[in-house]
Amino acid sequence: MIPLSWYLILSAALFSIGLFGVMARRNAIAILLGIELMFNAVNINLVAFWRYLDPTIMNGQVFAIIVFAVAAAEVAVGLALVISVYRNRKTVVVDDLDLLKW
Amino acid sequence: MTILFLIIAIVILASAVMVVTTRNLVHAALWLIVSLFGVAVLFAMLNAGFLAVVQVVVYIGAIAILFIFAVMLTRREMRGHGKPLNNNWWISALLSLLTFGGLAMLLSNWDGFSQTPADFPSDFDGVAELGNALIDPNQFVLPFEVASILLVAALVGAVYIASNRK
Repeated sequence: MIPLSWYLILSAALFSIGLFGVMARRNAIAILLGIELMFNAVNINLVAFWRYLDPTIMNGQVFAIIVFAVAAAEVAVGLALVISVYRNRKTVVVDDLDLLKW
Repeated sequence: MTILFLIIAIVILASAVMVVTTRNLVHAALWLIVSLFGVAVLFAMLNAGFLAVVQVVVYIGAIAILFIFAVMLTRREMRGHGKPLNNNWWISALLSLLTFGGLAMLLSNWDGFSQTPADFPSDFDGVAELGNALIDPNQFVLPFEVASILLVAALVGAVYIASNRK
């Protein structure tokens, strides 16, 4: 069988790729895509720990479901903000959104 | 099983890299779908069948489609402005690599790092257990309800923010 370490390393790599996307992309929607990758890395970790430590205790899966709900809420609000910003400023490039900078 | 895991891992990581580097955002969202589907296969391999289905229905069916709609509503910005990454992207790459290295080092010092899966009871119904845990007052009924209230509040807020009221 596959040892737990493979899942943990995979999710660490996925998290790091998502982190890179959040820090390096210029488009606000692409930043949200990076956040989705990070959420998925967390979910892989939670489910892998559930399966490898004690499958009769459902904490890991329940936590993963809560993460699903929070991710859906985050995407809905985030994309609504992006659309609202686009309507007012005609851009979604985060470098150009410097209204609060002085 | 091992070969399947390696193939899935390569698919997930390669499509994740495409998500964060592709210039065209519609393509990035489609690569995200590939990556999410790989994660769903991993959930199925981990005996979490319900989560695999939820991953496909909620993430691919709802969230990824929401992303594609948002990209289309803000489409004009996709062509101009050239570069998909900002000027300090190499600092971001360095920080991500450091994060990965730190996580790998932390995990490899942990005792249970290379442990094998726990015994899966043969007459164990994971979906029924999960449903019971979600509505059991002694377990997770409160977080479950709080999550549903959060979802409703966030969706109402999203409609309010995005609606054009002038």
